Amino acid sequence: MNWYGCWTLYSRESRRFLNVKMQTIVAPALTAVMYLIVFRYAMGERSVPDLDVPYFNFLIPGLVMMSMMQNAFANTSSSIMVGKLMNMQIFLMMAPLTAFEVTLAFLGAAVTRAFIVAVVLLLVLVPFTDMHIEHLWMILFYGVCGSIIMGGMGMIGGMWSKTFDDMALLNNFIIMPLTFLSGVFYSVKQLPESWQAVNHFNPFFYLIDGFRHGFLNVGDTDPSQAIAIVSMATLATIFACWKLWQTGWRLKD
Amino acid sequence: MTAALTVQGLTKTYKNGKKALSGVDLSVPEGSFFALLGPNGAGKSTLINILADTVKPSSGQVSFLGHDLFSERRWCKQRLGVVPQEIAFDPFFAPRDILKIMSGMFGVKPDIAWIDELLNRLELSEHADKNARQLSGGMRRRLLVAQALVHKPKVVILDEPTAGVDVELRKRLWGFMRELNANGTTILLTTHYLEEAEELCDHVAIINQGKLLTSQSMKGLLNTVGSSALVLEYAEDVANESLSKLTAFSPRIDANKIFLCLKKDASGQNNFNAAYQAAIQVLGEAQSVSVQNEDLEDVFLRLTNEHQS
Ligand SMILES: Nc1ncnc2c1ncn2[C@@H]1O[C@H](COP(=O)(O)OP(=O)(O)OP(=O)(O)O)[C@@H](O)[C@H]1O
Ligand SMILES: [Mg+2]
Repeated sequence: MNWYGCWTLYSRESRRFLNVKMQTIVAPALTAVMYLIVFRYAMGERSVPDLDVPYFNFLIPGLVMMSMMQNAFANTSSSIMVGKLMNMQIFLMMAPLTAFEVTLAFLGAAVTRAFIVAVVLLLVLVPFTDMHIEHLWMILFYGVCGSIIMGGMGMIGGMWSKTFDDMALLNNFIIMPLTFLSGVFYSVKQLPESWQAVNHFNPFFYLIDGFRHGFLNVGDTDPSQAIAIVSMATLATIFACWKLWQTGWRLKD
Repeated sequence: MTAALTVQGLTKTYKNGKKALSGVDLSVPEGSFFALLGPNGAGKSTLINILADTVKPSSGQVSFLGHDLFSERRWCKQRLGVVPQEIAFDPFFAPRDILKIMSGMFGVKPDIAWIDELLNRLELSEHADKNARQLSGGMRRRLLVAQALVHKPKVVILDEPTAGVDVELRKRLWGFMRELNANGTTILLTTHYLEEAEELCDHVAIINQGKLLTSQSMKGLLNTVGSSALVLEYAEDVANESLSKLTAFSPRIDANKIFLCLKKDASGQNNFNAAYQAAIQVLGEAQSVSVQNEDLEDVFLRLTNEHQS
């Protein structure tokens, strides 16, 4: 293993977002304030049917997880896209870094960014609730896995996209629907039976639900089943990134 | 002499069906200053990009300092520096940071003194802490050179490192390359400045349309492949009628000078005497007599034109 090289790439990918703090720290904080205004004050004290938790408490973990996932995706996809357009991915290929090391560094940075965003959002939002951490391990497990899965999709998306249009396509037709339909804004128990069944095929659903479980100690899924599915999805994503990078998919002629 | 690089039967066919390399065999001696020449589209960059691992080969083998390039990539990459032909740079960072990152990715803790020296030698010190976006084209190219050298590779490959670099800087850049070469670094480069290649390089290979035309020492090429001409200078313009009497030497007249082509026989001896005697008989004693050798550019043009399919 070229650990030093892997570490260098990880820090490069992290500095990329730390250098633009407006985007990575200030923007999520602003988003959080807007969530607060819209959901806390406009929706009032309503609670979620069947679950007996205030709607705002229910929403926060989902919103935080959604932001984590979006940021993880943005970090890897934009880096690889810009790398392609600037022709600078050649430096990654020329360096003595294996595909595994590259994958590790990219995903590591994506997870780091996701967690910074999560902390910023929680710091702003939690004081307005009586929420607290019920199961830290669940929060960490789902947070890490969710960021890896989305960071990995960002890597694959970045490799696949030839233009920013392709990237927008991917974002609007795959990522957005999957996140919005994953139960961020509602409990699946509120949905008709048929939709509930569909939701079980959405990997994001398990991520959001599990992450929320860590805060509220209630959830829509069977935790052991969810953990199995999420672990598998995470490993599959890492494996896909690794193998695709190794073959130089859409990167090397 | 051991080889820094041995390429065997390397082929590359791009996805669009373009055959860029059709079986290239090449050997680059360790410690040499090697020029890889060829017209546009000959396949030079394709060859270099395969060595750099940015293009996948279709078939063939490469041995790098005695190690198999394709199966021992890491070992080889740590000892190889490549300057790509296409300008590429990281728009997020300043040159100094780019060099530190590059060094780190090669698994080498940045050697600050060496980085400063590179910035200095490539005349980028002033711009070291500006964002790379603010560099001019020539500065970006020099940054690429610095990036390729930051991990102190044993073999350096430069794909047109001086394109877009001004005359003065080009001279100094070549001086720097010479120094590196004198310290034991093998250097392979492509360039379209043939005069510079002739002056600098001790070995040369010419490729055209994906095929190797020749590969040997610069001296060898100029002596064996390069032909020479006998030039006789007279007080008055040489009469055109004399041409028909000297056809055996493919003569050419330029005002008061006549050029006779000298050919080598199997033993490497040229026909200087025969040409000289014939000329004196037809035209009388000359004012001055000299032999002009074909330079690299003449040889290059002749070889690449002869092999035009
Ligand atoms: N990515 C690619 N896809 C398809 N064909 C390509 C690609 N890159 C190069 N070629 C073709 O392969 C041939 C060799 O190109 P290459 O870039 O290796 O030439 P070169 O010798 O470096 O030329 P130059 O002196 O112009 O840099 C050319 O005909 C070129 O059009
Ligand atoms: Mg080229």
